[in-house]
Amino acid sequence: MPNLEHPAYPAADLLHLESLVPCRESQVSMLLSIFGERQQFSLPSIFIYGHTSSGKTYVMQTLLTTLQLPHVFVNCVEYFTSRLLLEEILIQLQSSSSDTEQTCPVHCDTLNDFVRLFKQAVASRELQDQTLYIVLDRAEQLREMEANILPAFLRLQELTDRNVTVVLLSEIVWELFRPNVGCFEPFTMYFPDYSIGHLQKILSQNHPPEYSADFYSAYINILLGVFYMVCRDLKELQHLAALNFAKYCEPVVRGEANERDTRKLWKNIEPHLKKAMQTVYLREISSSQWERLQHDGGEPGQLKGLSAHTHVELPYYSKFLLIAAYLASYNPVRTDKRFFLKHHGKIRKTNFMKKHEKTSNHLLGPKPFPLDRLLAILYSIVDNRVAPTANIFSQITSLVTLQLLSMVGQNDQLDGPRYKCTVSLDFIRAIAR
Amino acid sequence: GCFVFKPSTKKRRLSEKADHDFRSRSNDSEDTELRFVTCQSLWNQIKSETEQIQEDLNKQLLDNLVSFLSRSHSKFQEKTTEWTCRMKFREIPTAALVLGVNITDHDLTFRSLSDVLQDNVTPYIALLEAKDCPGIKNLMQKLMGQLMNHDIDEDSLEDEDSVQVSHNRVRCSMSSLISWYESVTKKTDSETPSKKRNSSSRHWQSPPVVVIFKDMESFATKVLQDFIAISSQHIHELPLVLIFGIATSPMIIHRLLPHSVSSLLCIELFQSLSCKEHLSTIIDKLLLTSQFPFKLGGKVLQVLINIFLYHDFSVQNFIKGFQLCIVEHFYSQPLSVLCCQLVDVEKRVYSLSHDQCENIRRLPSFRRYVEKQESGKQIELLTNDSFLKEETEKLLKDLHDYHENYVSILRCLHVFTSSLPKYPLGKQIRELHCACLENRVWETEEYESSLQLARMLNKTDLVTMLQQCVEILMSSSGKGFDKTVQKLKEFLTQFQNLEEASQERDVSVSSQKELQKKTDLYHLQKTLLELKESRRSKKLTKFEMLRFEIVDYIDSLVRKYLVPADDRTLHEILYFNAATVLRGHLNAAPRTALHTALNNPHCYLKNQALKCDGGGISNKAPDICIVYKLHLECGRLINLVDWLEAFSTVVTAAEEPNADAASSDQVDDIIHARFIRAVSELELLGFIKPSKQKTDHVARLTWGGC
Repeated sequence: MPNLEHPAYPAADLLHLESLVPCRESQVSMLLSIFGERQQFSLPSIFIYGHTSSGKTYVMQTLLTTLQLPHVFVNCVEYFTSRLLLEEILIQLQSSSSDTEQTCPVHCDTLNDFVRLFKQAVASRELQDQTLYIVLDRAEQLREMEANILPAFLRLQELTDRNVTVVLLSEIVWELFRPNVGCFEPFTMYFPDYSIGHLQKILSQNHPPEYSADFYSAYINILLGVFYMVCRDLKELQHLAALNFAKYCEPVVRGEANERDTRKLWKNIEPHLKKAMQTVYLREISSSQWERLQHDGGEPGQLKGLSAHTHVELPYYSKFLLIAAYLASYNPVRTDKRFFLKHHGKIRKTNFMKKHEKTSNHLLGPKPFPLDRLLAILYSIVDNRVAPTANIFSQITSLVTLQLLSMVGQNDQLDGPRYKCTVSLDFIRAIAR
Repeated sequence: GCFVFKPSTKKRRLSEKADHDFRSRSNDSEDTELRFVTCQSLWNQIKSETEQIQEDLNKQLLDNLVSFLSRSHSKFQEKTTEWTCRMKFREIPTAALVLGVNITDHDLTFRSLSDVLQDNVTPYIALLEAKDCPGIKNLMQKLMGQLMNHDIDEDSLEDEDSVQVSHNRVRCSMSSLISWYESVTKKTDSETPSKKRNSSSRHWQSPPVVVIFKDMESFATKVLQDFIAISSQHIHELPLVLIFGIATSPMIIHRLLPHSVSSLLCIELFQSLSCKEHLSTIIDKLLLTSQFPFKLGGKVLQVLINIFLYHDFSVQNFIKGFQLCIVEHFYSQPLSVLCCQLVDVEKRVYSLSHDQCENIRRLPSFRRYVEKQESGKQIELLTNDSFLKEETEKLLKDLHDYHENYVSILRCLHVFTSSLPKYPLGKQIRELHCACLENRVWETEEYESSLQLARMLNKTDLVTMLQQCVEILMSSSGKGFDKTVQKLKEFLTQFQNLEEASQERDVSVSSQKELQKKTDLYHLQKTLLELKESRRSKKLTKFEMLRFEIVDYIDSLVRKYLVPADDRTLHEILYFNAATVLRGHLNAAPRTALHTALNNPHCYLKNQALKCDGGGISNKAPDICIVYKLHLECGRLINLVDWLEAFSTVVTAAEEPNADAASSDQVDDIIHARFIRAVSELELLGFIKPSKQKTDHVARLTWGGC
């Protein structure tokens, strides 16, 4: 186990840091050696990537705050335009510099302004040449901003001529970032996924005060046994652990089992966790509903999940329109004459399709069809005569807003709009009943 | 694309009804002013009534939502440091509100929802629509605009300019929203209690911020995802609650949001009343009541219900249609002045002018009535105005009574028919109502079969039904039900007596016991045959007799009270029956209308010269009509030269049959110009478009010609 060591920082701080970031010691020590001492210039930019909840954000934040390094932490999703992002960085810089000085509203529209204002802000902060860290979380959003933002951040040190390091955090690899005109290559670093052992260790660390660590760790063991197959997200697992812990403790509270009686406890909790996997984990029922159920001791079967309500009530002609759209989407045009023409001798063949055609067409997905064809099929599948009233046309539009149909290439209304049917066969079956 | 239907051979009958105008009328002999006022007051009554009904219907849903909201952030206020709370992931409380596909009705629900929330939970509500939020930036702008503007309203105008300035400069980000929220909640904390006691008592210290997404389906996925991701990071500082308005099914949440985003939400489902039930309640409260003098005829009601069921599922539209009926009735029927509460009838009848009396005499139902009277009375009715007025008043009172009785008996009949298997007369009372209004219900096959089924009901059902009927009749305001109630009660007591005297059944039971004892096959067969024989010849049991009697009695009630309104004298005054007018207004067919206009210009222009017979093309018709008719004869692609040729032939044909050779091969410039103009008009209307497939050809967009 590598102990964190660095001459520039007090040993007590490092020890504390180590306890806060379990299973990420090697990454932290790597980062520390890159950062060097406070005044030393570091790399201009560092790119850290890793899967969801592999501790990127957490490690960076803990590292910077525990060692009290000057830093700015910005989430790029939250500040969705370049202007907001740049202004937010400046505001954070100003506000941490001095509390007495009222932060005047900053205006920063371009990077040029940003560099100028950044220099001012750094000068007013009296950092004594300490390295300033700018952490950009969810950095993949930067690609959607102006083209100059990402390259500029990568070489901000050079542009501003100040001791600054930009850290980019992202879930995707650097290769997907690289602009085609080329740019400064940052130092890339990978945070691997936590293994099951890591997860066990991290989750067991936060045991509730009223129970012993061993007891909680046994619980985590069972939890991971059930959920590890489907979910490796640390946050999610922690959430699930907290939700179901009360149920696990129940026999102990009632006095039916003691804390060491693992087998009994396992028998009690396992079916419960399985049920949780099908409901709460998928957000079929909400966590608060789940807790209430647990509290009342009711069966989860009583509460219907979100997917249980699939039935959609539609007006009479909307149903037929949707069925017609489905037929138009999945039947080839050449079969229309055979299926829908009345003078073909066999009228009863309307909704029937040959088996091999059906499977292949369903694998191909819906095909666009013109409005005329939809209406022609509608007239042929509805028994009585349908007048082309305004109401029929408005229903097509409302089906589009309900996302049951989708419009393809809405360039010209006169050109004959084309639609696609986006609902599944099961849905159509339910409607056609 | 456009569709063209070939005109059917039958000529459309033209409605020659002259246009009336509500006010601008030379002589006010038909009480237009009074009609207008009556119409207004009636509509206002109905409007307030419907609003009340809808409020009641939504109450359950809104109560649930309010309790959800108040529950959702209770932990935020307590600021508990409990272990579970610390460990648990902070989810955004979200209400998924399934409202049904009738999007037009959602507005009303959201409006009442935001009113209720404003009163009970929080002043901070933002309503977002998909069309305003194509990007996350617009969404944030809209959201902050609504929240902060509200703030200005709340704090009156004292510090308006300072807020206004900051509002313009405000950065549309979550952090500014949070600082705004902090400042607002702090302000309410420090406020002097005297100033706004009521508002602070209604809301809590830190009321949640409610964001309502009106039409979840139409929002772009990315916008929603980003917004949820951002707000979940700040849920500790800003107690946000989301409400998703969903038109289809809650599955859409999973379709729009990936698991990484939906795991940030704590979704609870709320479902509004189904719109069909909603409609039933509305019909029950508005139409099947004697509260309003105005009534809908059978055909009209059928049109309104059909539009609802076949097209839009919108209760709002139904009510709008009802309103249209009222306006149309009072507008087109001069005698509708008598369509008022029974109390006013007498006064209004006696103030009728002579013209109005003549109008009464012209009513078809009144004529039928007159013909049935003896000759002396006939003359009186047709000549003496004051006698007519007396009679009219009496008849109108009869009509009101008829309706009251009708409703009660209809409900009774519905009690019976709604429990029969397969519902021959419909499950809902509205279907029964339509059937009864349409024609004599007892002459229909469905009625016959339902009576047959009613004769097979078992005893417990029958008793409960009778009890229900008694209740309905007791509570009804109609007169003359005393006897009926008495009769029904009599039936009930007879049932009780039946129970006491049930020796007859014991006999049959004993015979069955005998049957069980038999083991010999031959004997068994013999006894079975005997039993069968005896059953066939046996007289009806007392219960069966009673059942027949009851069904016959119900039948007699139906025949007496459920007479269609069309058979009643003076029904034109209270019942609105112009279904075709209504259909034309509500279920417009623009394509058909356009086709009629172009194919048969006489229909709209009313010019005798344009009257054409058969399929011939008259040259007096407007150019566009000629061009249109010619294009109907073409295929998908139309050759412009041929078209022009045909056009010029038609135009010149009648003018100069003995045309000179000079103009025959060269088309006149003026005709050419007229042709070009007509063709471009057609293009503007979307019937043709220029084609690139062939030079000098246009593509035909209409369909169904050849």
